[in-house]
Amino acid sequence: MTLVEQLQIWLGAFLVLSLFSFLYKDNPFYKFAEHIFAGLSAGYYIGLIWQNVIIQQLIDPMFDQGRWWLVFPGLLGLLMFARFFPKWSWISRISLAFIMGNTAGVFLISQLHGIVLPQTVATMLSLDPRNGFGTVLLALIVVCGVISTLVYFYFSKEHKGILGGTAKVGIWFIMISFGAHFGYTVMARISLLIGQVRFLMFDWGGSIKQLF
Amino acid sequence: MRTTLPVIIAFISGLIMVVSFFLNPQTTFLGNTEEEVLQWASIIGGFTLLLGVVSIVRVNSKTVGQRKKGWLFNLATLISIFAMAIPSILPVTSQSNFGSIFYKVFPESWGSLFGTAPGSIYDWLFNYLDSPMMATMFAMLAFYIASAAYRAFRARNAEATLLLLTAVLVMLWRIPMGEAFLRLFGDNIPGYINTYIMNGANAAVQRGIVIGAALGAASMSLRIMLGIERTYMGKG
Repeated sequence: MTLVEQLQIWLGAFLVLSLFSFLYKDNPFYKFAEHIFAGLSAGYYIGLIWQNVIIQQLIDPMFDQGRWWLVFPGLLGLLMFARFFPKWSWISRISLAFIMGNTAGVFLISQLHGIVLPQTVATMLSLDPRNGFGTVLLALIVVCGVISTLVYFYFSKEHKGILGGTAKVGIWFIMISFGAHFGYTVMARISLLIGQVRFLMFDWGGSIKQLF
Repeated sequence: MRTTLPVIIAFISGLIMVVSFFLNPQTTFLGNTEEEVLQWASIIGGFTLLLGVVSIVRVNSKTVGQRKKGWLFNLATLISIFAMAIPSILPVTSQSNFGSIFYKVFPESWGSLFGTAPGSIYDWLFNYLDSPMMATMFAMLAFYIASAAYRAFRARNAEATLLLLTAVLVMLWRIPMGEAFLRLFGDNIPGYINTYIMNGANAAVQRGIVIGAALGAASMSLRIMLGIERTYMGKG
């Protein structure tokens, strides 16, 4: 193991242990690691946006492809910084409105055409008994689950009578789904914990063994 | 002016996207307007994210400048932001834009340290500091999720019991030992969990939620485009 590799492992182990120290109680080591993490994450986004947006979509097309008109979205982007000056902060609304309007236009179509219609079509399953008991049962579960969940989230009418009964079935379905998600999340977090414990035991432990 | 102009801009930029979907860009007057508008939105969106980072720098610099309690931690944040950001925005070669000016002052062999490519400072900081810390932060949630599970999984009523049973079955199903345990009660049980719980009830609920959320998003989009929804503009 080279000196640089040792340094990488020791630095990583120090920060991992500092973060885990929060399990005992809040302390300066945790605060230090937490602030470093926040800073690195913010810096990560600067690098990402600079390379993928500012360089690739603004500077390179402007200077290399002669698309001079891209100076306008660049200026609109800079207008966002007017937020820091209370007197002129309203100017940033122009850029924000462009983003909001554009996103709204994209969403209006993509949500209806890309999600609502295909998901509704996928729910219209065949209940033909010739498909076999298992397939029909699965189709029934899916159809009942989708309808009852949608009814449960329908708040324009009081949940009474048939609506109330269907909403009650919706709660059962939702509980099954939340349980499944919770189980999945617990296992994913435990898997990450195992990964970090392995790093400390084998990578860092191996490094200590080599040193002493 | 302060509200009317943004509403008009939001309507036009949204309308272009809607019209582009229904009209063929190749045969109509639209041309590549859709791609152009999307690129504009991407550029402005990039600046909005930068605005967030600049705001973090401002807040932390103020705390450091005024030597408020815990200012050393804020200084650590600032140092890590700049350590990650500055090398990533420097030009990688003398051929790139601004690179010819930069490498007149600095040796070109430094180029491999800059940018975001593998081997750069940015990449090193991400792989050896940011990434392990991110994994640790999520791993720590395992402890808190365990205590949350204790509270959520108590079988107080029929619904909570259903939640408990499903979660236990899924957790057992996700690990080899648990799967082997489930097979003691029948060889098909892991298969049934996959088919009827994950691809049946769970998929149905997710579909219901997704359809509901999509309808909500579509109606909100229409409200924004028509200028009924203006809360994104803030006050003033």
